[in-house]
Amino acid sequence: MSPETYAEISNLVIPTATVIYAIAMMSHALEWAMGRAVVVTAEAKADVLVASSSGGDLAVPAAPATGTTAAAAARSGRVEAASRIGLLLTWLGFVLHLGGVVTRGLAAERVPWGNMYEFSITASLAVAIVYLLFVHRYKLQWLGLGVTLVVAAVLGLATLALYTPAGPLVPALHSYWLVIHVAAAAISGGAFTIGGLVSILYLVKARAERRVLAGGTMSASLKRLPSAEAMDGTAYKVLAFAFPLWTFGVLVAGPIWAEYAWGRYWGWDPKEVWSLVTWVVYAAYLHARATAGWRGRRAATIAIVGWFVFIFNFVGVNLLVSGLHSYAGV
Amino acid sequence: MSDVKERVEAPTPPPELPKLGLLGWLRWTWRQLTSMKTALVLLFLLALGAVPGSLIPQTGIDPVKVSDFFEAHPKLGPFYDKLGLFDVYKSPWFSAIYLLLFISLIGCVVPRLQVYLKALRARPPKPPRNLNRLPGYQSFEPAADGDVLDLAARELRRRRFRVELYDGAVAAERGYLREAGNLLFHFSLILALVGAAWGALFGYRGTVLVVVGNGFSNSVAQYDDFSPGRVFTPDDLPPFALTVKSFTVKFQTDGPQRGAAREFNAPITYQETPDSPEKSYDLRVNHPLKVDGTNVHLLGHGYAPRVTVRDGKGEVAFSGPVPFLPQDGNFSSFGVIKAPDARPEQLGFEGFFLPTAVIDERGPISVFPDAVNPVLAMTAYYGRPAVETGKPQSVYQLDKTKLTQFGDGKGDKLRFQLGPSQSYTLPDGRGSITFDSYDRWVKLQVSHTPGLNLALVGISLAILGLMGSLFIHPRRTWVRVRTQDGRTVVEVAGLDRGPERGLGDEIQAIADALKPAEQPEKPKQEQP
Repeated sequence: MSPETYAEISNLVIPTATVIYAIAMMSHALEWAMGRAVVVTAEAKADVLVASSSGGDLAVPAAPATGTTAAAAARSGRVEAASRIGLLLTWLGFVLHLGGVVTRGLAAERVPWGNMYEFSITASLAVAIVYLLFVHRYKLQWLGLGVTLVVAAVLGLATLALYTPAGPLVPALHSYWLVIHVAAAAISGGAFTIGGLVSILYLVKARAERRVLAGGTMSASLKRLPSAEAMDGTAYKVLAFAFPLWTFGVLVAGPIWAEYAWGRYWGWDPKEVWSLVTWVVYAAYLHARATAGWRGRRAATIAIVGWFVFIFNFVGVNLLVSGLHSYAGV
Repeated sequence: MSDVKERVEAPTPPPELPKLGLLGWLRWTWRQLTSMKTALVLLFLLALGAVPGSLIPQTGIDPVKVSDFFEAHPKLGPFYDKLGLFDVYKSPWFSAIYLLLFISLIGCVVPRLQVYLKALRARPPKPPRNLNRLPGYQSFEPAADGDVLDLAARELRRRRFRVELYDGAVAAERGYLREAGNLLFHFSLILALVGAAWGALFGYRGTVLVVVGNGFSNSVAQYDDFSPGRVFTPDDLPPFALTVKSFTVKFQTDGPQRGAAREFNAPITYQETPDSPEKSYDLRVNHPLKVDGTNVHLLGHGYAPRVTVRDGKGEVAFSGPVPFLPQDGNFSSFGVIKAPDARPEQLGFEGFFLPTAVIDERGPISVFPDAVNPVLAMTAYYGRPAVETGKPQSVYQLDKTKLTQFGDGKGDKLRFQLGPSQSYTLPDGRGSITFDSYDRWVKLQVSHTPGLNLALVGISLAILGLMGSLFIHPRRTWVRVRTQDGRTVVEVAGLDRGPERGLGDEIQAIADALKPAEQPEKPKQEQP
């Protein structure tokens, strides 16, 4: 097939994947909406108490589930179904998305991350990969809404606002460091996104758990989430994976390439500044987790700030500030 | 589990009472500076402090933008300047943040290194009294035959634990390299910073614009722009010389990316020393020349129209290529041509070189970066011959204070356009100018950054250490045999000393290996 054919396939498949991710997102939204209606009180409270006591000293015997009726069971069955359909559609969207990125690379005859459009479709693919890689292993279905929302939004924006036809690159990008530097940035960006989403849900769940301990109730949507402590651990694992990779991409591969292409390894270009800021924020996150009084809510907040900084680095710096990282077709 | 961690990490010494004295205050300040909370605050300050430099133009990156900012904001400009906001990364307050951060880092990791070296030699500690409070706790009756502790020691060694035998118990620990990784990460960061500082002190960087066909020899006087490090001496410049043989550039000619550069290549010849043989090299973007530890980069390119200026007496007053500086993506290039030796009056020209000129209602503009239809669009000045002052003058600016602009005879200023090999005769027999042809020029950067390899080694070791500190999982396991109500009971438990990773199935697996074969398996215990 000719590059033009590949380009046409890619241009067809990426919007289709966007739509399918959007439908998956709606399915997950339905899952949350239906879950909200099922209010679980005593049961949830008992679970929280058991989870937060240490070694079973304070173990409260699980209260018999109250008000479990056939209607509630049917409802929770529908919630499960919506979740499964959402995941299935995410897989379908991912396969198309992967096809779109690969054909884009074949169309341009190089790695598909040479401009902002391509970086968007590749980085959002990285988000989907990280999610789908861990969804079964760590039971991450509860992250479906956030992931499909982000991926559909990024793909939609890329298609509508950032689209650039496939073409060759400016000479500054003619280097195998493009493959290494940008791939490291895209993959760690995908992991930052997952870490940010988990941290947001962590804050929601932790608040709900505190409310339950104070005698309040928790909706079934939130009850279906893992315990706040488990989510904290998940966020840590994902970010602990991303941080060394980001360090490599931004503080090793980036400077080496900058030395080759621009004759200086570090020049405080806006993109370099914001990459360093991202790095420092995540370094603060890792330190916060090891500091008494900063674990938990504050650490999660830092992880979310880090994600926003990363997104600003990617979107804001390219569109608002001019620097050496601006290339043809943004 | 979280309770145990809290107790382990809770600050143990109670706050001291007021009477501190000078030494006490110093010690207090030091302790505050090296605390993790201060490190966190400094990290945030570093992140915040770096931001303005990306939003406000920086002298070190784009001095033209800085002066534009001063013009656009006459009040804000000087205020920003006082705060060092035009040179954030060299400002005292930014330096203060990172220096404090590094002092805090050193103050934190040096004592930790001592603690770690001690811990390396320490034996895994005795089991705590109440093993049943630890995660993964298991107890069972051992098989009648065989020494269960011996079996446990072997099993734990097989799992690469460091094992210590106590009376009636086995203690085991692994994951010592985690803290080693942590320390390696922090010390390597210091190493990387030392490398970067070394480069900044002993290195240099200079740029020079070379018209194709001309040469450059490495001495300070030849540079257009030269920024040496603090400890640099001109003797450090290696005595190489190079000649730019030609320069080819290709641009995209169709599609939406029309005009985007596709290829730059500057074949050069060079000599490492005046006596060494001549070598050839293709200087390209991403393909710098390395000579004697010095890098030569191709940074940019542009046009140098070749002109001949004749004065009022018909003599050649100037002849040769004049570099014009590109002003936009289509290489509309601005420049001046000076003929101070023209007689009876000196002549000066100012205007644009347009590689692909199109004339529209705004006047001539360039619509493509390659030289498809080159046009020189100029205006001209004349004046009394200047007195030689020896004062350096910019080659890109015409000093118009003592010059008069030609008029077009209709009350307007004189403007004229020239195609290649066309001439224009100035009014009143004051002379003429011929646009002979054009050359290209390349902008070269010569730089030497010692310590770069040290910085690279430092940051690579830092990543290695980082991975150790994030992925190695330190944990302890204890196996104890005791008598309870006249029966012998084996207890197994673990302690997770990592960042709440959990012990997983490990304790269960160890217990299973110690249980007598015929005993039915207990259901797996849930991890909290």
